Amino acid sequence: MYSSTDIIGILPEFLLVITAILVLILDLLDKRGETAGVVPLSLVGFIGAGIVSAFLWDRGGYAFYDMVVADNFTTVFRVLLCFIGAITVLVSPAYLRYRDIRLGEYHPLLIIAVFGMMVMVSAADLLLFFLGVETLSIALYVLACLDRRDSRSTEAALKYLILGAFSTAFLLYGVALLYAVTGFTSYAGIMENLRETTPDPLAVAGIGFLLIGFAFKVAAVPFHFWSPDVYQGAPTPITAFMSVGPKAAAFVALIRVFGIALDGTADVWMDALAIVAALTMTLGNVVALRQQNIKRMLAYSSIAHAGYLLVGIVAGGQRAFAALSFYLVAYALMNLGAFTVAMLVNRRGDGDYQLEDYKGAGFAHPLLGATMAIFMFSLAGIPPTAGFFGKLYLFSAAVEKGYVLLVVIAVLNSALAAYYYLRILGYMYMARPERELKPVPRLGAYTFTLILTSAIILFIGALPAGMLNLLFAALP
Amino acid sequence: MTIQLSHYLLLSAVLFSIGAAGVLTRKNLIVIFMALELMMNAVNLSFVAVARYMGDAAGQLIVFFVICVAAAEVAVGLAILIALWRHKGSMHIDTLAAMKW
Repeated sequence: MYSSTDIIGILPEFLLVITAILVLILDLLDKRGETAGVVPLSLVGFIGAGIVSAFLWDRGGYAFYDMVVADNFTTVFRVLLCFIGAITVLVSPAYLRYRDIRLGEYHPLLIIAVFGMMVMVSAADLLLFFLGVETLSIALYVLACLDRRDSRSTEAALKYLILGAFSTAFLLYGVALLYAVTGFTSYAGIMENLRETTPDPLAVAGIGFLLIGFAFKVAAVPFHFWSPDVYQGAPTPITAFMSVGPKAAAFVALIRVFGIALDGTADVWMDALAIVAALTMTLGNVVALRQQNIKRMLAYSSIAHAGYLLVGIVAGGQRAFAALSFYLVAYALMNLGAFTVAMLVNRRGDGDYQLEDYKGAGFAHPLLGATMAIFMFSLAGIPPTAGFFGKLYLFSAAVEKGYVLLVVIAVLNSALAAYYYLRILGYMYMARPERELKPVPRLGAYTFTLILTSAIILFIGALPAGMLNLLFAALP
Repeated sequence: MTIQLSHYLLLSAVLFSIGAAGVLTRKNLIVIFMALELMMNAVNLSFVAVARYMGDAAGQLIVFFVICVAAAEVAVGLAILIALWRHKGSMHIDTLAAMKW
């Protein structure tokens, strides 16, 4: 039957599923549907799973007949995903009560979504990766449409579902073709059997379909068009969650699949991926410039960041993957922080997150303004924040491999992006509101989140080398 | 002429293309869902044919997972469609145009 390595290898995932079931039961016990207990229980589940994941550092390995890999790289991202889950739980309840969404429906789905992402990062087989993607996606479809009074929420969920299922079909077709060529669906088996620089046409088609599937999941151009609509329509805590979590999980899988398993066939997909990376960051930044809604602006900004991250996959090699992981951690922190601010600043009270709401908010709410400044500086890549060092490491790794043109495009894009990030700060500190705006509510959980995320961003910004070395040591 | 693996793979590719074209061109959301199912099942055909050809049971097992996932996806999808119907009273793709650019 199962050995103890098997059980230990999936212990964090196991804990999350148990938490999800307990939360469901707890919700059932209370007929009125006002169960406050689900929030602390979910939080305990995420923190517990995160601690157990961290405990598995240097203790894990391959489990379940090499289907699951619980190496240190998995550990790092399990901890990050649990952190993202915990932060989302912290910032959700006030918003959910305001929008009249049931907490007992929301939290189990959120936990299952994190579970799906953890399966994605710990998969060593394309079948298991596919199951992780689907567990995540199906939970997210429901989460996106939970705001049932708002028709935009339903619209976002349906767009997400159609394009998500469409991309999954491509992903799966890629798996099937690689299986036809190599006879394996495991990363190791594909790597063993697909080493030629000019593989047969079936394998090329398989790699292409797999790439299309991944490009949809990370919202890379030209497969990005779902993401702004979905980000705008979904409940804001879910937007925050899905702008960071699935992206991190998908990039970890990209490293494992394209960076390592398909490295031998790099000639086939490298140029295509480099062009996609350049287009993704350029389109994301250019369109973000003219957005007036902060959720859409951050959606296009996250498309642009996917472009920067793809540079790491194109560059390849241990240094680039360590830098990519660093960027993923930094990106998760700054985007969660920025969306937390976006959740709070809704000063006209109509649930439509216009940039106008930010006028004059900086002096009226010093803590909010200061933390937003840190998030925006970090997103724009200005020192001494984590975002700056993420870009520095990533781009220098790419230059080292000779991708100078790509890095030049990326740096020009960063300069362009600084305009729309800093514009928000300009609104906050230098503009006066044209009419009376409501004050931003003060809520303990949000304040805590803002301080925590901005403190970690500054901490990583102060000691970037330690963080990079940790990630370097974790690489497979 | 005997039917070989390549014939199955070709049929699967044709079905997949029909499905993809259906998703991109059809206007009724239910028909789009059907096209999505066709794409999934085209992939299933590839898996089964390859598994039979190589004498490897793994491919056939994968099909069960795919069927299961596709069923879950459609269940959620139809539920969301009902929510959409309550808001808009239509199944036409043009009802999904409140958010653009």
